[in-house]
Amino acid sequence: MPRLKLTVLQIGVGLIFLLLWHVLTVYPITGTPKQVQFFFSTPLDVLKRCWTLFASGEIWGHLWITLVETILAFLIGAGGGIIFGFLFARKELLAAVFDPYIKAANALPRVVLAPIFALWFGLGIWSKVALGFTLVFFIVFFNVYQGVREVSPVVLANARMLGMNERQLLRHVYWPSALTWVFSSLHTSVGFALVGAVVGEYLGSSAGLGYKIHEAESVFDVTGVFAGMLILSVFVILIDMLVTRIENGFLVWRPQTSLAGRT
Amino acid sequence: MPPDRGTMRSGMDQATSLAAVALDDVAITFGPKVGGYTAVRGIDLSVRPGEFVAIVGPTGSGKSTILNAAAGLLKPSAGRVTIFGSDLPGLNLRAGYLFQQDALMPWKTALDNVAVALESKGVSRSDAVQRARDWLGRVGLAAFVDRYPHMLSGGQRKRVALAQVLIRDPEILLMDEPFGPLDAQTRQIMGNLLLSLWAADRKAVMFVTHDLEEAIALADRVVLMSAGPAAGIIGDFPVELPRPRDIAEVRMEPTFHRIHKEIWASLRVEVQKAYSQGENT
Repeated sequence: MPRLKLTVLQIGVGLIFLLLWHVLTVYPITGTPKQVQFFFSTPLDVLKRCWTLFASGEIWGHLWITLVETILAFLIGAGGGIIFGFLFARKELLAAVFDPYIKAANALPRVVLAPIFALWFGLGIWSKVALGFTLVFFIVFFNVYQGVREVSPVVLANARMLGMNERQLLRHVYWPSALTWVFSSLHTSVGFALVGAVVGEYLGSSAGLGYKIHEAESVFDVTGVFAGMLILSVFVILIDMLVTRIENGFLVWRPQTSLAGRT
Repeated sequence: MPPDRGTMRSGMDQATSLAAVALDDVAITFGPKVGGYTAVRGIDLSVRPGEFVAIVGPTGSGKSTILNAAAGLLKPSAGRVTIFGSDLPGLNLRAGYLFQQDALMPWKTALDNVAVALESKGVSRSDAVQRARDWLGRVGLAAFVDRYPHMLSGGQRKRVALAQVLIRDPEILLMDEPFGPLDAQTRQIMGNLLLSLWAADRKAVMFVTHDLEEAIALADRVVLMSAGPAAGIIGDFPVELPRPRDIAEVRMEPTFHRIHKEIWASLRVEVQKAYSQGENT
Protein backbone atom coordinates (compact mmCIF):
# COMPACT_ATOMS: atom_id res chain seq x y z
CA MET A 1 0.00 0.00 0.00
CA PRO A 2 2.51 2.65 -1.15
CA ARG A 3 -0.14 5.40 -1.42
CA LEU A 4 -1.07 5.15 2.24
CA LYS A 5 2.58 4.90 3.23
CA LEU A 6 3.36 8.05 1.28
CA THR A 7 0.53 9.97 2.94
CA VAL A 8 1.69 8.84 6.39
CA LEU A 9 5.25 9.94 5.63
CA GLN A 10 4.07 13.29 4.27
CA ILE A 11 2.01 13.99 7.38
CA GLY A 12 4.91 12.77 9.51
CA VAL A 13 7.27 15.37 8.08
CA GLY A 14 4.76 18.11 8.90
CA LEU A 15 4.24 16.83 12.44
CA ILE A 16 7.96 16.61 13.15
CA PHE A 17 8.41 20.16 11.91
CA LEU A 18 5.57 21.42 14.14
CA LEU A 19 6.87 19.43 17.09
CA LEU A 20 10.38 20.89 16.72
CA TRP A 21 8.93 24.37 16.40
CA HIS A 22 6.81 23.82 19.50
CA VAL A 23 9.62 22.37 21.62
CA LEU A 24 12.14 25.04 20.62
CA THR A 25 9.78 27.93 21.38
CA VAL A 26 7.92 26.72 24.45
CA TYR A 27 10.81 25.23 26.49
CA PRO A 28 13.86 27.29 27.48
CA ILE A 29 16.37 25.61 25.18
CA THR A 30 17.74 28.42 23.02
CA GLY A 31 16.70 31.29 25.30
CA THR A 32 13.84 32.46 27.44
CA PRO A 33 10.57 31.34 25.84
CA LYS A 34 9.09 34.86 25.92
CA GLN A 35 11.97 36.25 23.90
CA VAL A 36 12.03 33.37 21.42
CA GLN A 37 8.27 33.56 20.98
CA PHE A 38 8.50 37.23 20.06
CA PHE A 39 10.55 36.24 17.01
CA PHE A 40 9.10 32.83 16.15
CA SER A 41 5.69 32.59 17.87
CA THR A 42 4.50 29.01 18.57
CA PRO A 43 2.53 26.61 16.38
CA LEU A 44 -0.36 26.49 18.87
CA ASP A 45 -0.60 30.29 18.98
CA VAL A 46 -0.63 30.43 15.19
CA LEU A 47 -3.39 27.83 15.00
CA LYS A 48 -5.32 29.61 17.71
CA ARG A 49 -5.02 32.88 15.78
CA CYS A 50 -6.25 31.19 12.60
CA TRP A 51 -9.20 29.84 14.53
CA THR A 52 -10.15 33.26 15.89
CA LEU A 53 -9.77 34.81 12.46
CA PHE A 54 -12.23 32.34 11.00
CA ALA A 55 -14.51 32.17 14.07
CA SER A 56 -14.93 35.93 14.20
CA GLY A 57 -15.60 35.87 10.46
CA GLU A 58 -13.02 38.61 9.98
CA ILE A 59 -10.91 36.69 7.45
CA TRP A 60 -13.69 35.79 5.01
CA GLY A 61 -13.91 39.29 3.56
CA HIS A 62 -10.17 39.41 3.01
CA LEU A 63 -10.13 35.95 1.41
CA TRP A 64 -12.97 36.98 -0.88
CA ILE A 65 -11.15 40.13 -2.02
CA THR A 66 -7.96 38.17 -2.76
CA LEU A 67 -9.93 35.48 -4.59
CA VAL A 68 -11.73 38.02 -6.74
CA GLU A 69 -8.46 39.76 -7.60
CA THR A 70 -6.83 36.44 -8.47
CA ILE A 71 -9.69 35.30 -10.69
CA LEU A 72 -9.95 38.63 -12.49
CA ALA A 73 -6.18 38.83 -13.02
CA PHE A 74 -6.16 35.29 -14.36
CA LEU A 75 -9.14 35.66 -16.67
CA ILE A 76 -8.10 38.99 -18.15
CA GLY A 77 -4.44 37.96 -18.37
CA ALA A 78 -5.22 34.58 -19.95
CA GLY A 79 -7.72 36.12 -22.35
CA GLY A 80 -5.23 38.75 -23.48
CA GLY A 81 -2.45 36.17 -23.71
CA ILE A 82 -4.57 33.85 -25.84
CA ILE A 83 -5.69 36.58 -28.25
CA PHE A 84 -2.23 38.07 -28.70
CA GLY A 85 -0.54 34.67 -28.75
CA PHE A 86 -2.76 33.59 -31.64
CA LEU A 87 -2.37 36.87 -33.46
CA PHE A 88 1.42 36.89 -33.22
CA ALA A 89 1.80 33.21 -34.11
CA ARG A 90 -0.32 33.62 -37.25
CA LYS A 91 1.20 36.95 -38.34
CA GLU A 92 4.95 36.53 -38.72
CA LEU A 93 5.62 40.24 -39.32
CA LEU A 94 3.79 41.34 -36.18
CA ALA A 95 5.80 38.89 -34.09
CA ALA A 96 9.09 40.00 -35.64
CA VAL A 97 8.39 43.72 -35.15
CA PHE A 98 7.21 43.46 -31.56
CA ASP A 99 9.69 40.81 -30.45
CA PRO A 100 12.20 43.14 -28.69
CA TYR A 101 9.43 45.10 -26.95
CA ILE A 102 7.76 41.99 -25.64
CA LYS A 103 11.05 40.66 -24.35
CA ALA A 104 11.80 44.00 -22.68
CA ALA A 105 8.36 44.18 -21.09
CA ASN A 106 8.61 40.63 -19.85
CA ALA A 107 12.08 41.21 -18.39
CA LEU A 108 10.82 44.04 -16.17
CA PRO A 109 10.42 43.05 -12.49
CA ARG A 110 6.70 43.60 -11.87
CA VAL A 111 7.11 44.84 -8.29
CA VAL A 112 8.34 48.20 -9.55
CA LEU A 113 5.02 48.59 -11.38
CA ALA A 114 2.92 48.22 -8.23
CA PRO A 115 3.17 51.88 -7.08
CA ILE A 116 2.43 53.10 -10.61
CA PHE A 117 -0.64 50.88 -10.82
CA ALA A 118 -1.76 52.13 -7.39
CA LEU A 119 -1.44 55.65 -8.77
CA TRP A 120 -3.37 54.82 -11.96
CA PHE A 121 -6.04 52.48 -10.68
CA GLY A 122 -6.32 53.52 -7.03
CA LEU A 123 -5.93 51.41 -3.91
CA GLY A 124 -8.92 49.15 -4.67
CA ILE A 125 -8.84 45.78 -6.40
CA TRP A 126 -8.01 47.01 -9.91
CA SER A 127 -4.40 47.94 -9.18
CA LYS A 128 -3.89 44.35 -7.90
CA VAL A 129 -5.65 42.90 -10.91
CA ALA A 130 -3.35 44.94 -13.13
CA LEU A 131 -0.27 43.61 -11.36
CA GLY A 132 -1.50 40.01 -11.66
CA PHE A 133 -2.36 40.65 -15.30
CA THR A 134 1.22 41.64 -16.17
CA LEU A 135 2.39 38.32 -14.72
CA VAL A 136 -0.25 36.03 -16.20
CA PHE A 137 -0.38 37.65 -19.61
CA PHE A 138 3.19 36.81 -20.57
CA ILE A 139 3.07 33.20 -19.39
CA VAL A 140 -0.11 32.50 -21.35
CA PHE A 141 1.06 34.57 -24.30
CA PHE A 142 4.31 32.66 -24.73
CA ASN A 143 2.58 29.30 -24.30
CA VAL A 144 -0.14 30.01 -26.83
CA TYR A 145 2.42 31.41 -29.25
CA GLN A 146 4.51 28.26 -28.88
CA GLY A 147 1.46 26.00 -29.05
CA VAL A 148 0.20 27.48 -32.28
CA ARG A 149 3.64 27.46 -33.89
CA GLU A 150 4.46 23.92 -32.90
CA VAL A 151 1.37 22.21 -34.21
CA SER A 152 2.51 18.93 -35.73
CA PRO A 153 3.13 19.63 -39.45
CA VAL A 154 1.68 16.25 -40.37
CA VAL A 155 -1.56 16.85 -38.47
CA LEU A 156 -1.76 20.27 -40.07
CA ALA A 157 -1.09 18.97 -43.60
CA ASN A 158 -3.68 16.24 -43.05
CA ALA A 159 -6.27 18.75 -41.86
CA ARG A 160 -5.62 20.92 -44.90
CA MET A 161 -5.91 17.92 -47.23
CA LEU A 162 -9.26 17.21 -45.56
CA GLY A 163 -10.39 20.52 -46.96
CA MET A 164 -10.42 22.65 -43.81
CA ASN A 165 -10.39 26.39 -44.34
CA GLU A 166 -8.51 28.82 -42.10
CA ARG A 167 -11.41 29.17 -39.67
CA GLN A 168 -11.85 25.41 -39.35
CA LEU A 169 -8.11 24.92 -38.90
CA LEU A 170 -8.24 27.45 -36.07
CA ARG A 171 -11.09 25.61 -34.39
CA HIS A 172 -10.04 22.00 -34.95
CA VAL A 173 -6.24 22.19 -34.97
CA TYR A 174 -4.64 25.41 -33.70
CA TRP A 175 -6.99 26.04 -30.80
CA PRO A 176 -6.85 22.53 -29.23
CA SER A 177 -3.10 22.46 -29.69
CA ALA A 178 -2.65 25.85 -28.05
CA LEU A 179 -5.04 24.86 -25.28
CA THR A 180 -2.80 22.00 -24.20
CA TRP A 181 0.03 24.47 -23.78
CA VAL A 182 -2.19 26.86 -21.84
CA PHE A 183 -3.20 24.04 -19.53
CA SER A 184 0.35 22.86 -19.05
CA SER A 185 1.10 26.36 -17.73
CA LEU A 186 -2.18 26.74 -15.86
CA HIS A 187 -0.71 25.96 -12.45
CA THR A 188 2.02 28.51 -12.96
CA SER A 189 -0.27 31.21 -14.29
CA VAL A 190 -2.91 30.81 -11.58
CA GLY A 191 -0.12 30.90 -9.01
CA PHE A 192 1.21 34.09 -10.52
CA ALA A 193 -2.23 35.67 -10.54
CA LEU A 194 -2.34 35.08 -6.79
CA VAL A 195 1.19 36.41 -6.33
CA GLY A 196 0.19 39.58 -8.18
CA ALA A 197 -2.86 40.02 -5.98
CA VAL A 198 -1.06 39.40 -2.68
CA VAL A 199 2.01 41.50 -3.52
CA GLY A 200 -0.28 44.31 -4.65
CA GLU A 201 -2.25 44.14 -1.41
CA TYR A 202 0.96 44.01 0.57
CA LEU A 203 2.30 47.17 -1.02
CA GLY A 204 -0.81 49.25 -0.57
CA SER A 205 -4.43 48.44 0.10
CA SER A 206 -7.06 48.17 2.79
CA ALA A 207 -8.23 44.60 2.29
CA GLY A 208 -7.04 41.13 1.30
CA LEU A 209 -4.65 38.52 2.63
CA GLY A 210 -1.59 40.52 1.63
CA TYR A 211 -2.98 43.46 3.59
CA LYS A 212 -3.57 41.29 6.67
CA ILE A 213 0.01 40.04 6.60
CA HIS A 214 1.38 43.52 6.12
CA GLU A 215 -0.77 44.84 8.95
CA ALA A 216 0.57 42.20 11.33
CA GLU A 217 4.16 42.82 10.25
CA SER A 218 3.94 46.54 10.89
CA VAL A 219 3.21 45.93 14.60
CA PHE A 220 5.72 43.03 14.92
CA ASP A 221 2.84 40.60 15.37
CA VAL A 222 4.75 37.48 14.30
CA THR A 223 1.83 35.22 15.18
CA GLY A 224 -0.40 37.23 12.88
CA VAL A 225 2.14 37.02 10.06
CA PHE A 226 2.46 33.26 10.36
CA ALA A 227 -1.30 32.84 10.60
CA GLY A 228 -1.71 34.87 7.42
CA MET A 229 0.95 32.80 5.67
CA LEU A 230 -0.70 29.55 6.78
CA ILE A 231 -4.10 30.65 5.50
CA LEU A 232 -2.50 31.79 2.25
CA SER A 233 -0.78 28.40 1.77
CA VAL A 234 -3.98 26.44 2.32
CA PHE A 235 -5.76 28.84 -0.03
CA VAL A 236 -3.13 28.20 -2.74
CA ILE A 237 -3.37 24.42 -2.31
CA LEU A 238 -7.15 24.54 -2.65
CA ILE A 239 -6.93 26.63 -5.83
CA ASP A 240 -4.30 24.28 -7.23
CA MET A 241 -6.52 21.26 -6.58
CA LEU A 242 -9.34 23.00 -8.42
CA VAL A 243 -7.02 23.71 -11.36
CA THR A 244 -5.98 20.04 -11.52
CA ARG A 245 -9.63 18.99 -11.69
CA ILE A 246 -10.38 21.44 -14.49
CA GLU A 247 -7.24 20.31 -16.33
CA ASN A 248 -8.18 16.63 -16.15
CA GLY A 249 -11.64 17.45 -17.45
CA PHE A 250 -10.28 19.32 -20.46
CA LEU A 251 -7.41 17.05 -21.42
CA VAL A 252 -9.11 13.66 -21.38
CA TRP A 253 -7.58 12.86 -24.75
CA ARG A 254 -4.03 12.97 -23.44
CA PRO A 255 -2.22 9.81 -22.37
CA GLN A 256 -2.01 9.66 -18.58
CA THR A 257 1.77 9.32 -18.49
CA SER A 258 2.40 12.63 -20.17
CA LEU A 259 -0.18 14.27 -17.92
CA ALA A 260 1.76 13.20 -14.89
CA GLY A 261 5.03 14.26 -16.49
CA ARG A 262 3.84 17.78 -17.19
CA THR A 263 2.58 18.92 -13.84
CA MET B 1 15.00 -2.01 -68.28
CA PRO B 2 14.03 1.61 -69.06
CA PRO B 3 10.92 1.81 -71.25
CA ASP B 4 11.05 3.44 -74.65
CA ARG B 5 10.59 7.11 -73.87
CA GLY B 6 9.04 7.97 -77.23
CA THR B 7 6.14 5.57 -77.00
CA MET B 8 5.54 6.44 -73.38
CA ARG B 9 5.14 10.14 -74.22
CA SER B 10 2.77 9.64 -77.12
CA GLY B 11 0.69 7.29 -75.05
CA MET B 12 0.53 9.93 -72.37
CA ASP B 13 -0.58 12.70 -74.72
CA GLN B 14 -3.65 10.69 -75.57
CA ALA B 15 -4.39 10.01 -71.98
CA THR B 16 -3.62 13.47 -70.61
CA SER B 17 -7.18 14.77 -70.87
CA LEU B 18 -8.47 11.63 -69.18
CA ALA B 19 -5.75 11.16 -66.64
CA ALA B 20 -6.76 11.56 -63.00
CA VAL B 21 -3.22 12.72 -62.21
CA ALA B 22 -0.66 13.72 -64.81
CA LEU B 23 2.86 14.92 -64.06
CA ASP B 24 4.52 16.43 -67.09
CA ASP B 25 8.31 16.89 -66.99
CA VAL B 26 8.12 17.78 -63.29
CA ALA B 27 11.21 18.76 -61.32
CA ILE B 28 11.31 19.65 -57.64
CA THR B 29 14.18 21.51 -56.04
CA PHE B 30 14.44 22.27 -52.33
CA GLY B 31 16.23 25.38 -51.12
CA PRO B 32 17.64 28.03 -53.50
CA LYS B 33 17.03 27.74 -57.23
CA VAL B 34 20.78 27.52 -57.85
CA GLY B 35 22.69 25.16 -55.59
CA GLY B 36 19.56 23.77 -53.96
CA TYR B 37 18.86 20.06 -53.64
CA THR B 38 17.06 18.66 -56.67
CA ALA B 39 15.01 15.74 -55.41
CA VAL B 40 13.37 14.68 -58.68
CA ARG B 41 13.74 15.75 -62.30
CA GLY B 42 12.00 15.00 -65.59
CA ILE B 43 9.09 13.11 -64.08
CA ASP B 44 6.42 12.04 -66.57
CA LEU B 45 3.70 10.03 -64.96
CA SER B 46 0.01 9.69 -65.53
CA VAL B 47 -2.55 7.75 -63.56
CA ARG B 48 -5.84 6.88 -65.26
CA PRO B 49 -9.13 7.00 -63.36
CA GLY B 50 -9.63 3.69 -61.62
CA GLU B 51 -5.98 2.73 -61.93
CA PHE B 52 -3.90 1.58 -58.96
CA VAL B 53 -0.31 2.70 -59.45
CA ALA B 54 2.43 1.81 -57.00
CA ILE B 55 5.61 3.87 -56.92
CA VAL B 56 8.66 1.97 -55.74
CA GLY B 57 12.20 3.13 -55.25
CA PRO B 58 15.12 3.10 -52.83
CA THR B 59 15.27 5.43 -49.82
CA GLY B 60 15.64 9.07 -50.82
CA SER B 61 14.44 8.52 -54.38
CA GLY B 62 11.80 11.23 -54.12
CA LYS B 63 8.79 8.92 -54.09
CA SER B 64 7.03 10.98 -51.47
CA THR B 65 8.11 14.16 -53.20
CA ILE B 66 6.16 13.42 -56.36
CA LEU B 67 3.21 12.31 -54.28
CA ASN B 68 3.28 15.66 -52.47
CA ALA B 69 3.43 17.40 -55.85
CA ALA B 70 0.29 15.51 -56.91
CA ALA B 71 -1.34 16.54 -53.61
CA GLY B 72 -0.41 20.19 -54.11
CA LEU B 73 1.55 20.20 -50.85
CA LEU B 74 4.71 20.90 -52.89
CA LYS B 75 4.90 23.22 -55.87
CA PRO B 76 7.01 21.84 -58.72
CA SER B 77 9.95 24.08 -59.64
CA ALA B 78 9.48 23.04 -63.27
CA GLY B 79 6.86 21.18 -65.28
CA ARG B 80 3.10 20.83 -64.89
CA VAL B 81 0.76 18.91 -62.66
CA THR B 82 -2.73 18.40 -64.04
CA ILE B 83 -5.71 16.80 -62.33
CA PHE B 84 -8.36 15.50 -64.73
CA GLY B 85 -6.90 17.74 -67.38
CA SER B 86 -6.84 21.02 -65.46
CA ASP B 87 -3.85 22.67 -63.81
CA LEU B 88 -3.48 22.26 -60.06
CA PRO B 89 -3.75 25.75 -58.53
CA GLY B 90 -3.09 24.94 -54.87
CA LEU B 91 -4.03 21.99 -52.72
CA ASN B 92 -5.53 19.08 -54.59
CA LEU B 93 -8.89 18.79 -52.85
CA ARG B 94 -10.12 16.13 -55.26
CA ALA B 95 -7.58 13.83 -53.67
CA GLY B 96 -7.43 12.10 -50.30
CA TYR B 97 -4.01 11.72 -48.72
CA LEU B 98 -3.04 8.92 -46.36
CA PHE B 99 0.13 9.87 -44.50
CA GLN B 100 2.87 7.58 -43.32
CA GLN B 101 2.99 9.20 -39.88
CA ASP B 102 0.12 9.55 -37.46
CA ALA B 103 -1.92 12.42 -38.79
CA LEU B 104 -5.06 12.09 -36.67
CA MET B 105 -5.95 14.96 -34.39
CA PRO B 106 -5.00 13.54 -30.96
CA TRP B 107 -7.60 15.69 -29.20
CA LYS B 108 -10.52 14.18 -31.09
CA THR B 109 -12.06 10.73 -30.72
CA ALA B 110 -11.98 8.32 -33.66
CA LEU B 111 -15.56 9.30 -34.45
CA ASP B 112 -14.85 13.04 -34.36
CA ASN B 113 -11.69 12.60 -36.41
CA VAL B 114 -13.71 10.97 -39.18
CA ALA B 115 -16.77 13.21 -38.85
CA VAL B 116 -14.74 16.40 -39.05
CA ALA B 117 -13.53 15.35 -42.51
CA LEU B 118 -17.13 15.66 -43.71
CA GLU B 119 -17.96 18.77 -41.70
CA SER B 120 -15.30 20.66 -43.63
CA LYS B 121 -17.31 19.79 -46.74
CA GLY B 122 -20.36 21.50 -45.29
CA VAL B 123 -22.19 18.37 -44.15
CA SER B 124 -24.24 18.92 -41.00
CA ARG B 125 -22.83 17.65 -37.74
CA SER B 126 -25.47 14.99 -37.07
CA ASP B 127 -25.30 13.68 -40.62
CA ALA B 128 -21.50 13.63 -40.51
CA VAL B 129 -21.47 11.71 -37.22
CA GLN B 130 -23.87 9.12 -38.56
CA ARG B 131 -21.83 8.54 -41.71
CA ALA B 132 -18.59 8.50 -39.70
CA ARG B 133 -20.04 5.76 -37.52
CA ASP B 134 -20.90 3.82 -40.65
CA TRP B 135 -17.40 4.23 -42.09
CA LEU B 136 -15.71 3.22 -38.85
CA GLY B 137 -17.85 0.09 -39.00
CA ARG B 138 -16.65 -0.59 -42.52
CA VAL B 139 -13.01 -0.46 -41.43
CA GLY B 140 -13.85 -2.74 -38.51
CA LEU B 141 -13.74 -0.21 -35.69
CA ALA B 142 -17.42 -0.07 -34.70
CA ALA B 143 -16.50 -0.83 -31.11
CA PHE B 144 -13.81 1.85 -30.90
CA VAL B 145 -15.62 5.01 -32.03
CA ASP B 146 -15.18 6.80 -28.73
CA ARG B 147 -11.49 6.06 -28.29
CA TYR B 148 -8.85 8.76 -28.56
CA PRO B 149 -5.96 8.02 -30.93
CA HIS B 150 -3.50 7.24 -28.12
CA MET B 151 -5.84 4.47 -26.92
CA LEU B 152 -5.72 2.75 -30.31
CA SER B 153 -3.04 0.49 -31.77
CA GLY B 154 -0.99 1.56 -34.79
CA GLY B 155 -3.13 -0.54 -37.12
CA GLN B 156 -6.35 0.81 -35.64
CA ARG B 157 -5.12 4.38 -36.06
CA LYS B 158 -4.42 3.62 -39.72
CA ARG B 159 -7.97 2.30 -40.10
CA VAL B 160 -9.33 5.54 -38.65
CA ALA B 161 -7.11 7.52 -41.03
CA LEU B 162 -8.36 5.41 -43.94
CA ALA B 163 -12.00 6.06 -42.97
CA GLN B 164 -11.18 9.75 -42.55
CA VAL B 165 -9.86 9.92 -46.12
CA LEU B 166 -12.46 7.69 -47.78
CA ILE B 167 -15.52 9.28 -46.17
CA ARG B 168 -14.88 12.38 -48.30
CA ASP B 169 -15.20 10.17 -51.37
CA PRO B 170 -12.15 11.60 -53.12
CA GLU B 171 -11.62 10.90 -56.81
CA ILE B 172 -7.93 10.23 -56.24
CA LEU B 173 -6.19 8.43 -53.38
CA LEU B 174 -2.62 9.37 -52.53
CA MET B 175 -0.84 7.08 -50.11
CA ASP B 176 2.63 7.63 -48.69
CA GLU B 177 3.88 4.31 -47.31
CA PRO B 178 0.69 4.19 -45.26
CA PHE B 179 1.38 0.77 -43.79
CA GLY B 180 5.10 1.32 -43.31
CA PRO B 181 5.15 1.49 -39.51
CA LEU B 182 2.91 -1.58 -39.06
CA ASP B 183 3.98 -5.16 -38.40
CA ALA B 184 3.86 -7.74 -41.21
CA GLN B 185 0.53 -9.37 -40.31
CA THR B 186 -1.23 -6.05 -39.80
CA ARG B 187 0.13 -4.85 -43.14
CA GLN B 188 -1.45 -7.80 -44.89
CA ILE B 189 -4.78 -7.23 -43.22
CA MET B 190 -4.66 -3.53 -44.03
CA GLY B 191 -3.68 -4.30 -47.64
CA ASN B 192 -6.67 -6.58 -48.09
CA LEU B 193 -8.95 -4.04 -46.41
CA LEU B 194 -7.69 -1.36 -48.77
CA LEU B 195 -8.23 -3.56 -51.83
CA SER B 196 -11.75 -4.50 -50.82
CA LEU B 197 -12.69 -0.86 -50.14
CA TRP B 198 -11.04 0.22 -53.39
CA ALA B 199 -12.83 -2.46 -55.42
CA ALA B 200 -16.20 -0.96 -54.45
CA ASP B 201 -15.67 2.24 -56.46
CA ARG B 202 -12.25 2.10 -58.10
CA LYS B 203 -10.57 5.43 -57.57
CA ALA B 204 -7.27 6.43 -59.07
CA VAL B 205 -4.55 5.48 -56.58
CA MET B 206 -0.93 6.55 -56.23
CA PHE B 207 0.64 4.28 -53.63
CA VAL B 208 4.20 4.96 -52.53
CA THR B 209 6.13 2.14 -50.88
CA HIS B 210 9.64 0.78 -50.61
CA ASP B 211 8.26 -2.75 -50.36
CA LEU B 212 8.25 -4.28 -53.83
CA GLU B 213 6.11 -7.26 -52.84
CA GLU B 214 3.44 -4.99 -51.39
CA ALA B 215 3.53 -2.89 -54.57
CA ILE B 216 3.02 -5.87 -56.90
CA ALA B 217 0.36 -7.44 -54.71
CA LEU B 218 -1.72 -4.23 -54.65
CA ALA B 219 -1.17 -2.42 -57.93
CA ASP B 220 -2.14 -2.52 -61.60
CA ARG B 221 1.17 -0.89 -62.47
CA VAL B 222 4.47 -0.52 -60.67
CA VAL B 223 6.54 2.58 -61.38
CA LEU B 224 10.20 2.34 -60.47
CA MET B 225 12.28 5.34 -59.42
CA SER B 226 16.05 5.71 -59.53
CA ALA B 227 18.20 6.59 -56.54
CA GLY B 228 18.36 10.32 -55.67
CA PRO B 229 19.38 13.09 -55.98
CA ALA B 230 17.65 14.20 -59.19
CA ALA B 231 15.80 10.90 -59.28
CA GLY B 232 13.67 9.96 -62.25
CA ILE B 233 11.36 7.19 -63.39
CA ILE B 234 13.36 4.33 -64.82
CA GLY B 235 10.74 1.67 -65.24
CA ASP B 236 7.02 1.16 -65.64
CA PHE B 237 5.76 -2.41 -65.24
CA PRO B 238 2.19 -3.61 -65.73
CA VAL B 239 1.00 -6.18 -63.20
CA GLU B 240 -1.18 -8.72 -64.95
CA LEU B 241 -2.61 -10.45 -61.95
CA PRO B 242 -6.33 -11.11 -61.79
CA ARG B 243 -8.55 -9.32 -59.28
CA PRO B 244 -9.91 -9.71 -56.69
CA ARG B 245 -6.61 -10.57 -55.08
CA ASP B 246 -5.63 -11.76 -51.64
CA ILE B 247 -2.39 -10.12 -50.57
CA ALA B 248 -1.02 -13.24 -48.96
CA GLU B 249 -2.09 -15.74 -51.64
CA VAL B 250 -1.19 -13.69 -54.68
CA ARG B 251 2.45 -13.98 -53.65
CA MET B 252 2.39 -17.68 -54.47
CA GLU B 253 1.43 -17.13 -58.11
CA PRO B 254 4.09 -17.79 -60.77
CA THR B 255 3.19 -14.51 -62.51
CA PHE B 256 3.95 -12.68 -59.26
CA HIS B 257 7.41 -14.25 -59.18
CA ARG B 258 8.11 -13.40 -62.79
CA ILE B 259 7.15 -9.71 -62.28
CA HIS B 260 9.02 -9.54 -58.99
CA LYS B 261 12.16 -10.93 -60.60
CA GLU B 262 11.91 -8.53 -63.50
CA ILE B 263 11.47 -5.40 -61.37
CA TRP B 264 13.95 -6.47 -58.72
CA ALA B 265 16.69 -6.74 -61.35
CA SER B 266 16.38 -2.98 -61.90
CA LEU B 267 15.53 -2.02 -58.34
CA ARG B 268 18.54 -3.83 -56.88
CA VAL B 269 20.95 -1.63 -58.84
CA GLU B 270 19.26 1.51 -57.52
CA VAL B 271 19.12 0.25 -53.96
CA GLN B 272 22.84 -0.46 -54.08
CA LYS B 273 23.49 3.01 -55.51
CA ALA B 274 21.44 4.64 -52.78
CA TYR B 275 23.16 2.52 -50.17
CA SER B 276 26.69 3.36 -51.32
CA GLN B 277 25.77 7.05 -51.40
CA GLY B 278 24.58 6.75 -47.86
CA GLU B 279 27.91 5.24 -46.89
CA ASN B 280 29.91 7.94 -48.62
CA THR B 281 28.17 10.89 -47.05
